[in-house]
Formats: sequence, structure tokens, C-alpha cells
Amino acid sequence: MHLVCQRCKKARATVHITDTFPQKREWHLCEECAGEEGIIRKQEDEAFLEKTQSTTALLQEFLKHKSAGSKLDNVTCEHCGITFREFKQQGLLGCPQDYTTFREMLTALVERAHEGATQHVGKVPVRADTTTQKRLTLTRLRRELQEALKCENYELAARVRDQISELESV
Amino acid sequence: MKLGDFTRMTGEWLRGEGPLADVVVSTRVRLARNLAGYPFLTRASDSERTEIYRILSERIAACPFGRDAVLVDLEEADALDRELLVERHLISKQHAEGAGSRGVTISAGETMALMLNEEDHLRIQGLSCGMQVEEVWREADRIDSELGAHLDFAFDCQFGFLTACPTNVGTGIRVSVMLHLPALKLTQEIERILRAARDMHLAIRGLYGEGTEAAGDFFQISNQTSLGKTEAELARSFVDSIVPRIVEYERVARTALARTRGQQLDDKIWRAYGTLAQARMISTEETQALLSPLRMGICMDRFHELDLPRLNEIFLLTQPAHLQKVLDKSLDGQARAAARADFIRSRLES
Repeated sequence: MHLVCQRCKKARATVHITDTFPQKREWHLCEECAGEEGIIRKQEDEAFLEKTQSTTALLQEFLKHKSAGSKLDNVTCEHCGITFREFKQQGLLGCPQDYTTFREMLTALVERAHEGATQHVGKVPVRADTTTQKRLTLTRLRRELQEALKCENYELAARVRDQISELESV
Repeated sequence: MKLGDFTRMTGEWLRGEGPLADVVVSTRVRLARNLAGYPFLTRASDSERTEIYRILSERIAACPFGRDAVLVDLEEADALDRELLVERHLISKQHAEGAGSRGVTISAGETMALMLNEEDHLRIQGLSCGMQVEEVWREADRIDSELGAHLDFAFDCQFGFLTACPTNVGTGIRVSVMLHLPALKLTQEIERILRAARDMHLAIRGLYGEGTEAAGDFFQISNQTSLGKTEAELARSFVDSIVPRIVEYERVARTALARTRGQQLDDKIWRAYGTLAQARMISTEETQALLSPLRMGICMDRFHELDLPRLNEIFLLTQPAHLQKVLDKSLDGQARAAARADFIRSRLES
């Protein structure tokens, strides 16, 4: 005796998932329907991914395991029209604004892809406004302070702390 | 400079010089950037794509770097020219096979190649031979600053430089070092080394970058993390620990091979040379696989029939697009294998 797909009510259900949000619920789907629902990737998607973005293997792996059908999937960027579900399917975002629209979801993903990091500490664009420049310089200096303290380089730590207070007072 | 002229030069990254050149073939650093106020290319209309291309190409042409550089419009270029650029590592396969308005600006000496409308609007790539991560990064960074003085790049206080794929955000940097590891392959230690590299969050790719298999014992090692560290820190990690460690393993393996299996090693080198010097038909893959032990032989001072620049030239010019450009005729399958064998013989005799 095997389970029949809850969606098409025809094929044998081979994909079994438990949704925990918004409430606990079990899903039993056939491969075809699971693909349609974006729960598993269809073969052509696989080929597409293989071809276009092997860098994103890690990302895809992560996305694959994310619970499907959650509310967040339907969040849409008002600038480019992409939904989070579409991003999950293709692995590429639609516009820079997506990083604001999907910030919460992307932070979790970025954290995983970048060894736990969620904050940029590198170069700041030449044309960035002074507030951005100041904010990111402070982020970088605070990080340097932590590093210096960790290495017990108190002389450097003191210098960095002075730089921080100087910048904060501006 | 026309595309045909490229076949008369070997390209900076194949000069066979530079620090640690016995193991490190070349260094590449790329920075990914996107224009603020425009969608990424997945969502850009044809007209937006064309506009992005125009803005970037005009700005590049106007900056000091652009004055001696050549812009290749890849939408116009024919398939053979695009393949030629892939073989020279100036563009990715993805860029060659893409569609719509896109191109690449290449500096004199091929030390810089800026891809326009690849996965991101702009990818600034610096290239050099040997192990020169910090030098190449500084050069790419300088061009980024030159362009960034006039262009607004998409940037976010948390995520840094914004890219179409979230795996590239932050610095947008990818450092790739091409390593030649024949001895580790022969002693079957390569898997262990590559596994260790993967554990260090490094990606391992083949000769032509993403989605390609390692051929002829050449491996590209690159960072996967681009956020949470500064560009300088990422570059330094390659210089201080990652690359020197692998180079050391390869050198130790070479020394051990010479000591314990010297005769077999020489036999392998000379058989490879014999095949290259006598074959009447040969594929690109076989050519690269046979040039690999010769390169090791040259670097170990055991083989003196060739030097690295000449070997590199054969390596480059026997690839399908180069071969057809050099011979100035379109060749397929068997005819190409025969022409390649003739070409190699003529180069080895001279």
C-alpha cells in the first residue's frame, strides 16, 4: 500500500515533507507535483543550474532544504517584481533592491554561504555618502579593536580605540 | 589591436615566470560590481542591458586604463573569436555563450579583462603569471576606484557591494590561483589536499574555471567567502597560508618521486615528449595531459628540450580556436587533430 499524491490524486507520492509554518502539517506529493510546487527542482532546472551557476551549489543546497510553501516565498520586490520563490528557483536576484526586500531571508542565507559573516567590512565605494563612510569605518575599526584585544596587542587596541572615539565625536 | 593579433602573443598569465612559478601557473583576481539604479541582468530589459553596456564601456574608455585597452563587442563577435577569448582566460564560458549586449575590455598585455554584462554588470579581472595575488588585487582595486569615482555601484551597508548572486556579495572579490600539481596526482595525495582545501571553504575548479574538470593536472583554487573579511585579508590568506602550503606539498612530492622513482619519472616525461614529437593526430586533452609531465620535468631541471615559455605557447596555441586562428582555416574533428599534431611537431623541431 502506498500513498497517493495529495495534489494530483493520481501518482504515487514519493516526496514527503513536514511543514512547520504556519502550522504543523504533512505533505505527500509525487515528484512531478513537488517540482511544480518548487519543493524539489525539476530536471531542466538542474541542467540550467549546472550550466549557469556552479558557484551557487552551496546556496542551492541550502535553498533545497528550506521549508517550501512558506509565506515568505510570496514576498515580492516592488522594483523588479521577483518573488522570493523565483529567486530560490533560479539562484539569482533581480535587482539591488531585493537585498532590502528580502533582507531577513538573505541574511540567513548569506551567513551560511560566507562562513557565518553577515556584515561587510571591506571596501566602501568612493562615492558613498559620508554617513555610510562613517558607519562602515566604525564597523571596521570595532572589528580591528576586537582582533587587537584577542591578540593581546594593547598598544594597537588603544590606538584603534582613540580612532573610534575621534570618529564618533564628529 | 584586433582579435587575430592575440594569436601572436602568449598572454601575460602564460609567460611562465613569477613567484612560485614551478607550481603556480597564474593568478587571477576579480571584483564584481553592478550599477545602482538598474536591475541585475536576469531582470534587465534589452534596452536596459544596452544602456548598462553603453554607460560602462564609455566610462572605461574615458579612464586612464581604458586608453590602451580594446573593447570586444561579444554580441557582434563570431563564435570562434569568443572561444579564443575563453581559451585565453579573458572571458568565462558563460560570457562567451551568453546572449544580448555584452563585451569585454582587454588591456594591452592582457593583464586586465573587464567583462561587461556577464552575471553582474561589471567584472573587473586582473591576471598575472605566477603567484602575485596582492599585486593583481591592487591593480584591480585601482581600476575599481577609477571607475567608482564616476559611477554609482550598488552598495548596502550590511551586504557591501551587491551582486546578482548572494554568494558574491560584500567585497565581490574572487581570488583564483591556477596550480600545476602533477606529483601530488602521481603519488595519489591529491584528493587529500583538495579535500583539505574544500574544508577551508575554497572552491576547486578545472583549467577553464566554473563547471570545468581539471585537465592535465591543472587546478584552480579560489575563495568562496567574499563577505566578513576585507579584500586585503582575503588576499593575504592565499599569500600567507593556502598557496605556500600546497606548493610545499607538491615540491615535497616531486622530490620524493625523484628520489624513489626517478627512472619511472624520466620515462614518463620522455614518453610524453616522444608522443608529442611523433603523433600524427592528437586531441587538445591529450596534448594538455602530455604537456603536464614535460612542465614538471622542466621545473625539476630534468628535461631541457623545451623551456616554459615555449611549452606555454604550445599549450595555448593548440587549443581548438587558437589552432584554427593560427592556421587561418576552419577545421573540425579529425582534420583538427591532424593539424594539431603537425603544428606540435613543427614547434618541437624548431
